Amino acid sequence: MGKTLAEKIIGEHTGREVKAGEIVIVPVDVCLTQDGTGPLAIRQLRKLGLEVAKNPKRTVLFIDHAAPSPRKELSNDHILIREFAEKTGACLSDVGEGVCHQIIAESYLKPGDILIGADSHTCTGGALCSFATGMGSTDVGIGIALGKTWLRVPETFKVEITGSFQPGVYPKDLILHLIGLIGADGATYKALEFCGDTVEKMSASGRLTLSNMAVEAGAKVGLFASDNTTKEFLKEHKRTKDFRKIEPDEDAKYERIIKIDASKLLPTISFPHTVDNTKTIDQIRKTIKIDQVFLGTCTNGRLEDLETALKIIKGRKKHPKVRMIIVPASKRVFLDTLNKGYIKAFIQFGAAILAPGCGPCVGVHEGILGDGENCLSTMNRNFKGRMGNTKGFIYLASPATAAVAAITGEISDPREFLVKKNLKERR
Amino acid sequence: MILRGKVWKFGDNISTDLIAPGRLFHLRSNLPELAKHVLEDADPTFAQKVQKGDFVVGRKNFGLGSSREHAPTIIKLAGVSAVLAKSFARIFYRNAINVGLPVLICDTDRINQGDELECDLEKGRINDLTKNITLDFTPLPKAMIKILNDGGLVEHIKKYGDFKID
Repeated sequence: MGKTLAEKIIGEHTGREVKAGEIVIVPVDVCLTQDGTGPLAIRQLRKLGLEVAKNPKRTVLFIDHAAPSPRKELSNDHILIREFAEKTGACLSDVGEGVCHQIIAESYLKPGDILIGADSHTCTGGALCSFATGMGSTDVGIGIALGKTWLRVPETFKVEITGSFQPGVYPKDLILHLIGLIGADGATYKALEFCGDTVEKMSASGRLTLSNMAVEAGAKVGLFASDNTTKEFLKEHKRTKDFRKIEPDEDAKYERIIKIDASKLLPTISFPHTVDNTKTIDQIRKTIKIDQVFLGTCTNGRLEDLETALKIIKGRKKHPKVRMIIVPASKRVFLDTLNKGYIKAFIQFGAAILAPGCGPCVGVHEGILGDGENCLSTMNRNFKGRMGNTKGFIYLASPATAAVAAITGEISDPREFLVKKNLKERR
Repeated sequence: MILRGKVWKFGDNISTDLIAPGRLFHLRSNLPELAKHVLEDADPTFAQKVQKGDFVVGRKNFGLGSSREHAPTIIKLAGVSAVLAKSFARIFYRNAINVGLPVLICDTDRINQGDELECDLEKGRINDLTKNITLDFTPLPKAMIKILNDGGLVEHIKKYGDFKID
């Protein structure tokens, strides 16, 4: 019988065919924790007297959520993480390296891997055709020590996307649209499998954005078949040999098929306080003033995202009442944008550039909202209190919509902006 | 095992940010202190007033968001005997079992704030003593019952040195 990507990858690890619904014990290839979840994982292993890493070269402990540390309690958590890495030989990704999901994609993950991570957005790795899924500290701690975990093989929703985006519409708009369509629990316990000519043409960066937000529909993983784009991405990061082609079988069984025409999509925004509370730009009737724009994160902090924003802000002035915060997702992204002159342009525009990492996304530091303030962010969550204040309001959008808001001081249509700019340039 | 207590009713989509907010990130290594703030952003009175044995009852998609295991851990530390909801987010569900907190999927529409519940985990039955109604809940997968009965994943691994879930 035909297999979905999830059934294929899990089956390769169990050494026998598996099908959706089965519970299996599988070896894990890569494990990750971050500074919000790593300390608990380490303490759980201490309780068991199991302070070891089965596969240290592919166990990565990140310090990215509160990096650099804003408080002594967190500095002490960081010490615990560094000591564990030292003791077990596990890899450490310290302050300044960047967000776990970006670095895992750049430097560790390969098609066909099983990755478990103590961070819900671990599903980002599905873009490289890895069964990448988020779990809690204890599950990942045990995974680190024993090199295995248990999984329920998920049923799969096939998301078939066809057609070309109109200018001003991006993969972020597509994933927000999908979550709005099926709901924040629309794919709970399921795997998503993205396919169709739109995703075949889509960059690795765009695919990472889609996989990243699979969990916002409740999904366990958001998978792509590996192809030439995957190969190019690995090559760019000097890992060509890690490439392997994996595709679902043509007769694979899907629980549900969702078809989306990309050419019909509009810039889409998630309104407070749930990700599925989406509106297209033309459904927004009133002016929504923006106090802070945040461009970055594992969702949209890559070179392509910063490039999109740069093209829009170039030669324009930031709205005087808007604060703009930019956080490159990784050191590599930071260096690339620096070398291309983007960082200078962003600084001249009036943006604050912060060290690679999660930045203000988790509400710990670096951009906590004031009472009643609105933030337009490229991140993946807009829950009440997410940015450190339950009285703040978070709107989610693409890097283009974010850049436009930094100029106009309100939520505005990036399409109009791009068209106007093009007309002006033609003149 | 029969659990008995009073209901604390919450709405749809109670996120882990509402249960254990990011602004208290620095308390994650001090769980008893973090537990004093459990669910504070959903109901500011909850943490002070919750009694040992009480139930947290949500509607749909309880525990969505972050993978932070601290969320079910501090619900348990606050003395809550079980969380009931129409549906749970996947990672929260798994974490709750791993920390030994029963999570029961049932139709919570007829359960209200302050109701007295009696819950029989073996029989899969909930009695709302206030309303005099009986509700069934979806049984947990076998693997999870095993981990829950062992007192969570750490205890399970301590006992067997490995996964022993079949």
